[in-house]
Amino acid sequence: MTLIAVLIVAFLLFPLYWMVNASLQAGSALLRTPPAWLPMESTLQGYRDALATQGSHLLTSLIVSLGTVALTLAVAAPAAYALAQLRLSGSLTIIFALLLAQMVPNIVMANSLYSIFNRLGLLDSYPGLILADSTTAVPFAILVLRAFMLSIPSELGEAARVDGAGHWRTFIRVIVPVSRNGLIAAGLFAFLFAWSDFLFALTMTTSDEIQPVTLSIYQFLGSHTSNWNSVMATAVFASIPAAILLAVAQRYVSAGLTGGAVKD
Amino acid sequence: MARTRERIVRWLFLAPAIVYIVAFFCYPVVYNVRMGVTRYTVTSFYTGEAPFVGLANYLSVARDALLDTAFINTAIFTVGSIVPQFSIGLALAVFFQRHFPLNRTLRALLLLPWLLPLVVAGTVYRWILDQDYGVVNQVLLQLHVISEPVPWLTSPGWALASVIIANIWAGIPFNLVVLYSGLEGIPRTLYEAAAVDGARAWRQFWHITLPLLRPVSAIALMLGLIYTIKVFDIIMILTNGGPADSTQTLATWAYFLSFIDLSFGKGAAVGNILILITLVFAAFYLRSARAAFR
Repeated sequence: MTLIAVLIVAFLLFPLYWMVNASLQAGSALLRTPPAWLPMESTLQGYRDALATQGSHLLTSLIVSLGTVALTLAVAAPAAYALAQLRLSGSLTIIFALLLAQMVPNIVMANSLYSIFNRLGLLDSYPGLILADSTTAVPFAILVLRAFMLSIPSELGEAARVDGAGHWRTFIRVIVPVSRNGLIAAGLFAFLFAWSDFLFALTMTTSDEIQPVTLSIYQFLGSHTSNWNSVMATAVFASIPAAILLAVAQRYVSAGLTGGAVKD
Repeated sequence: MARTRERIVRWLFLAPAIVYIVAFFCYPVVYNVRMGVTRYTVTSFYTGEAPFVGLANYLSVARDALLDTAFINTAIFTVGSIVPQFSIGLALAVFFQRHFPLNRTLRALLLLPWLLPLVVAGTVYRWILDQDYGVVNQVLLQLHVISEPVPWLTSPGWALASVIIANIWAGIPFNLVVLYSGLEGIPRTLYEAAAVDGARAWRQFWHITLPLLRPVSAIALMLGLIYTIKVFDIIMILTNGGPADSTQTLATWAYFLSFIDLSFGKGAAVGNILILITLVFAAFYLRSARAAFR
């Protein structure tokens, strides 16, 4: 059984192996037939090239992603607490609004945000990209965090309130520490969304000044497709956050996938 | 008095989120609807004026031969992606219900394609499907399945199929995870009882698994539809909507109209059509998901 499963996984992940394989070979070696199934004559040249030309774009992606995490958690955590624990009458309406918000096609958002940001002077800026990227992360984070906070016994908050703590203190001193894992998961997803974003990177920037790595890969592919090893090395770099997320927050992924619509 | 205060404090926790929803969803969507009925071009950005043109954008889009192409491609892309994604995801979910060593780890590894940036997935497929040096053509040539390299991404006849293949690959994990959690919810005792009655695995699948999995399947399919209709990244990376518009979908066309042709009004019109289609499926989705949020 395990053998069959390993074969299935190997088949489905072959493209990723092929990416790593290509990233470790010399550019010229990739243009040979038949291809090298193992990177026997491996070289780190592709990675050196990738760091030299794409390093600043990776840094840009990192800044934008961290900014998105901060903004997303700041908006999502209190909202999730209110939706999960405070029994407000309009909760269901807001949850439905969030589900709908998740479905608005990004291209529509890009179309109108471009014009809005143009007026506000937010194009070609970190805040602009962070705000745009947060539109995919915020509804998702609220829904995931709410699902997480539903499992916190309400007695916990009530006990703190009996001791005289206000809602705000209860939130900071009790709810946030207890929800640590959920916050980490939501934060990791927000990071991943921003890191993966391509459409907003493409539309909210008009110069080369601020260019996330997804956009630079796209332009790289357009101009010189022969440097496959450094393109693949860049792709490997761009995959690192996903691998980390999988390693540390795997059990939240399934709950996160559907924004809490399916319980794990 | 104290109660009013208490209510205000509770709502304050939600206030940032509500402001955010209004500013970053309601306003942009309304803005886009308005852009759809104006002649919104580059000059509009400088002058801040965009003349009202009624339905002119929609009429011009409707007269464009590309509308049919984009519509048909979107439909083929969506159905062609979702049916295999769902079937393969279901098969894998059923398979991984069995107990064997490393089950959890292997299942987790399968999530990787979904978590990667689609730009990475697209880049990898660009390389794998490369006409001259791509591994797919080389293997098929070696096995004598084909006699000459297939121009996967550079011929109008193959490009859409290639983009669909890459997108299926990226979407399998989503279906696997959702359907797997659905299967976990089906009581084991049902299968045991069926086995006692002599029902074989295949009959069990048809008469227990599929019917009981219906609510979760509906969620997986509806979310799949909503996500697939708006797919943009993977098409842009692989083919840029080409060759000869053979992979142009509504989402990519809206982009080209706005950001390449700089006719933001027309781009908005196509985007609004996309919203309408999404809303139809969203209604189905919200109906099936309602129970989960009670």
